[in-house]
Amino acid sequence: MRILVIGAGPAGTRCAVRLAERLPAARVTLAGAEAALPYDRVALSKLLAGDATIESLITHPLPVLRSLGIHYRPATPIAALDRAAGVAVTARGERLPYDRLVLATGSTAIRLPLPGATLPGVVLYRDMDDVRAMLHAARSGGRAVVIGGGLLGLEAAVGLAARGLRVTVVHAVGWPMERQLDPAAGALLTSRLGTRGIRFAMPASTTAIEGEDRARAVLLADGTRIPAELVVMAVGIRPNIALARESGLPCARAITVDDAMRTADPAIFAIGECAEHAGRCIGLVAPALEQAEVAARAIAGEAAAWAPRADAAALKVSGTAVWSAGDIADAEAECITLRDEAEERYRRLLLRDGRLIGAVLYGDTADAGFYLDLITTRRSVAGFRSALALGPAFVREAA
Amino acid sequence: MADTRTTCPYCGVGCGILAGADGTLRGDPQHPANRGRLCSKGTALGETLDQPGRLLHPEVDGKRASWDVALDAVAEGFRHALAEHGPAGTALYVSGQLLTEDYYAANKLAKGFLGTGNIDSNSRLCMASAVAGHRRAFGEDLVPGLYEDLELADLVVLVGSNLAWCHPILFQRVQAARAARPAMRLVVIDPRRTASCEGADLHLPIAPGRDVALFNTLLRHLHGLGFRSDAQGLAETLAQADGDTSLDPTLLATFLDWFAATPRTVTLFSQGANQSSAGTDKANAIINCHLLAGRIGQPGAGPFSITGQPNAMGGREVGALANTLAGHLDWSIPAETAALRDYWQAPNLAAGPGLKAIDLFRAAGEGRIGALWVMATNPAISLPDAARVRDALRRLPCLVVSDCTRESDTMDLARIRLPALGWGEKDGTVTNSERVISRQRAFRPAPGEARPDWWAIAQVAARLGWSDAFAWTSPAGIFREHAALTALARPAPRAFDLTGLADLTDAEYAAFPPTRWPVARRGEQGARLTPAARFIPTPYRPPANATSAPYPLALLTGRLRDQWHSMTRTGPVPRLMAHTPEPTAAIHPADASGMADGSLARIESPWGEATLRLRHDSGMARGTVFVPMHWTARFAPAARINASVNPAVDPVSGQPELKHTPIRLAPAPMAWHGFLLARRSLGAELADWTALIPAAPGLFRHELAGTAPAAEVFARLRQLVLHQPDERQANAGLPEPPIQPPTIAARDDGSQAATPTAAWVLLEDPAAGLYRAALLREGRLLAALFLAPDPTLLPPRDWLLSLFAEAAIGSAARRALLAGAPSDGPAPSPTICVCHGIAASSICAAIARGANTLALVGEATRAGTGCGSCRPEIAAFLTKRPVPEPA
Repeated sequence: MRILVIGAGPAGTRCAVRLAERLPAARVTLAGAEAALPYDRVALSKLLAGDATIESLITHPLPVLRSLGIHYRPATPIAALDRAAGVAVTARGERLPYDRLVLATGSTAIRLPLPGATLPGVVLYRDMDDVRAMLHAARSGGRAVVIGGGLLGLEAAVGLAARGLRVTVVHAVGWPMERQLDPAAGALLTSRLGTRGIRFAMPASTTAIEGEDRARAVLLADGTRIPAELVVMAVGIRPNIALARESGLPCARAITVDDAMRTADPAIFAIGECAEHAGRCIGLVAPALEQAEVAARAIAGEAAAWAPRADAAALKVSGTAVWSAGDIADAEAECITLRDEAEERYRRLLLRDGRLIGAVLYGDTADAGFYLDLITTRRSVAGFRSALALGPAFVREAA
Repeated sequence: MADTRTTCPYCGVGCGILAGADGTLRGDPQHPANRGRLCSKGTALGETLDQPGRLLHPEVDGKRASWDVALDAVAEGFRHALAEHGPAGTALYVSGQLLTEDYYAANKLAKGFLGTGNIDSNSRLCMASAVAGHRRAFGEDLVPGLYEDLELADLVVLVGSNLAWCHPILFQRVQAARAARPAMRLVVIDPRRTASCEGADLHLPIAPGRDVALFNTLLRHLHGLGFRSDAQGLAETLAQADGDTSLDPTLLATFLDWFAATPRTVTLFSQGANQSSAGTDKANAIINCHLLAGRIGQPGAGPFSITGQPNAMGGREVGALANTLAGHLDWSIPAETAALRDYWQAPNLAAGPGLKAIDLFRAAGEGRIGALWVMATNPAISLPDAARVRDALRRLPCLVVSDCTRESDTMDLARIRLPALGWGEKDGTVTNSERVISRQRAFRPAPGEARPDWWAIAQVAARLGWSDAFAWTSPAGIFREHAALTALARPAPRAFDLTGLADLTDAEYAAFPPTRWPVARRGEQGARLTPAARFIPTPYRPPANATSAPYPLALLTGRLRDQWHSMTRTGPVPRLMAHTPEPTAAIHPADASGMADGSLARIESPWGEATLRLRHDSGMARGTVFVPMHWTARFAPAARINASVNPAVDPVSGQPELKHTPIRLAPAPMAWHGFLLARRSLGAELADWTALIPAAPGLFRHELAGTAPAAEVFARLRQLVLHQPDERQANAGLPEPPIQPPTIAARDDGSQAATPTAAWVLLEDPAAGLYRAALLREGRLLAALFLAPDPTLLPPRDWLLSLFAEAAIGSAARRALLAGAPSDGPAPSPTICVCHGIAASSICAAIARGANTLALVGEATRAGTGCGSCRPEIAAFLTKRPVPEPA
């Protein structure tokens, strides 16, 4: 059996590895668009900040892939699928036949359609090449603007600040990381990043990037002009589904899959950020790896089904642990907040009908497991509500 | 400097105290009342000496004034009142806290020179019924027995007396005697199962007001057994000795048998008997029984009235009550009145009795009093129907208040404020409940411009033109005049006689040892008295205002173990506050109509209302509610119980019926309950219901409840705390900058904003109504604020309070702050032994480990080995058999 995995990010690589393990007789090909060996994308921020080297990011060196019997094809973007023939066509026109195909094409960073958005000095923050470009720009010091105060934008800002640049983050909402944090936690984070010299313009929107031969400044809607030789756009991602769509696979926001991660074409699976399961896309590495496992089992003929668990995101921003899980944007939910201003610790718990449905932990995430369990099991917390935010050490549940 | 011998300023036991040159205070081993022992309040006296809130200089119309200006203003106020209303429009309202010399001067001013009988004392609230009872039975106000009789007796009967809490040293003398002679019995007659009942042989849970019925029954029983007396009035008294005790017949029969069979019986009665519309009859019903049994003034036998105040007796001796004259002289005997007029050179001597306290304030409310001088008492809080008293005080054209403290509810209303000397500063004599006159001596300098009350009285008298009659230069001179005055009644058969002291030199007065009257000749000591007595008919009358369907419960008020009167002295002392931190209403659980223990309940009577913390107490008689009398606007404005108390009085003594007011009880509707712990007092008006509790030096607990939305209150109180300095700044005497909240947004220049000074840890659960906050600076706890919809959702306070002493609260403990408890370890529990700071949990643990007697608990924990006031409570733990400690 010929199995082709398109995309050598964490999900695609994991799936290829599992397929190779389960089906020793199969020929597993892993095709990646990037030239690099499979690497830890989440750790790119460390590379940017100077806390890691390119080598240390590599997760699967070539000998490992080889010993597993995986045929690794770096720098091999796929241009088209011929589903009827069971063939993937590379950008260079090479035809790669398959019996089973796994789409793990991930997503692309969004480039805002602003005047000057394509000037030299304007970079995205998604892959190793983007980081290389930033490091190159940072070498001469100076000023940088990061557009986007989400996790990636803040990582970029921290990394650039660590490299000696004067960084301003421009963010559309009044506080950073609004998908993971509420205003209070966002304020704590703002304050913390401020101690590293990072400034914020928020809420603010960018109207143009100025410069003739290269980026020189960022112009905001209120007329403010922020000089910058480097502009990083970190305003979100878009699932890479062009390949699937053009081949006629049903897509919504991303490629629609069933519980086994199978697309409408029984020979084709989709996993990770390019897949859409039950109307939802994922954006984190942990569920993507689970999907990879499920797809591998399904291809191997085992019964397998992926069930979304409560979304839990454990992140580290500028040395501060941030964790969130479940539904943290439910405006109807009851909220419990715990704030320790001096120690920069914060928690927000969201409840409905006496049950925990979502949680944000900032600064101290030691109790994450406790809350994830409560969210997943949907146990009633009514009996210990007053101690809930203080953590399991203070919860005395009636027997 | 040598030790100073002085006398305790609290109850009527009158214990001797040694004020050491080193600043220590201890019981005087030579004083006959206490032989070196002191109770919890006496032990803590040293902590009451340097209190904030002293009045240090005179004030007129809210402004600081010189003594000259202030005294002129007082004189002008009284002159104006005399012109407007005549003598009847002037009045003094004084106190059992005054020294005999101050008392004498006040009485002389009123009755001799203002020409009015309108001088009454807060003793009216305390023992006026006993005075009246004594005068009816003995023809004179005298206590026949000695404290020693309580030890010599084979049966001690406590009537309306929680001796263990209100007169702890006497109770300990009784208990020591019982320990030495186990056959000696103790009977307690009280609607409540008080601390005095622990270890008693018999408790008769009498319904409020039925004491007369009980002693009438006893009188008939004794007569039936063949007891006879030649004293006057027996037949008609027996004929009217009616009333149903409603007691369990077995209990009643036991009491009757014991009394009849025990010649050495002392019946000690106190406010529970006196504070009644039949208070005088209660005193006489008791005396009747002792008279019939021939047990008055005998070793180990007699009726024994115990007073509540340190110098109620002295006030009685100088006649500073509206219906008494001076030196036990009698208004109804013209020769005695004439003798006094001559002695004082007082042609305007009041012709007859003046207005007793309740009537006096009623007259003030009706505009009939032009000038009132209040000394050392707090009628705005302590009189029944207190709201009307407040209105009356407000209406007075000239209200003069002399006191140590600037912070009393009455002082707040005064036009002229005069700074008085406090205990340890003033100099004179007091008389205790066994007729022993002791010296109160100064051992500290007068603070600020504070002066003796007698001096202020004399100065005002001089300004009114009577300087010759008030020309004393020392308290010794006043004492001599007072002692000599007792000769005026000779040779009338009057026991009160100080003529042997009339020529004490100043040096002798300075060294005057405790001396019991009568003292007819120098060097004498008085002994037991056996006055000629008569029977007084005491037909049973129910309380003046009966309970009814709308007001089904009977309210009783009284004292707590560690508080004194309106708390101006004891309230600021944390370890005294610890015993009962909040104003409570005790009720039998079956009467609580489902209101939970610890909830807030509103007491409503036809006269007023109050809101208090409800305590279930199965030791309460059904149908009754007990509320401590102490709380004032300074500590818990909503818990001022006297606003609800009926103004009914005894027809003979004029003593108010504080032990029976018909009330009803309802849940107090509150949106939230909470507490705020802070390093400064934030006052007692933080919320609809506030109890301010000094918890430790520089640490204040505020118990709160209210109807405003909890979220708003949470924000408001946090703001308030932030803008209140902590005690460090206050002590430095520096201007108080507000505590800066940490700035969380970086400034434009990219630098961090102002260094955080104080920062919050906050827990907010708006949907559940739970709000918790702790304010810290550099690891030091500055404040803790907890709000919840129900009191049961709040953690105990003790552990949190203990954290204020921590120099640095670690990271891990910061969250425990908001739990209000450590994540492990025992739950905090209240302090029982104030002297050694031993908590209930430690005592119960010791009992669980096998300490099954008071002595063993004392060995194991030290609890109860100090003043001993907590021993009845430890005894209660011992009898309950402890619940096993949770593992």
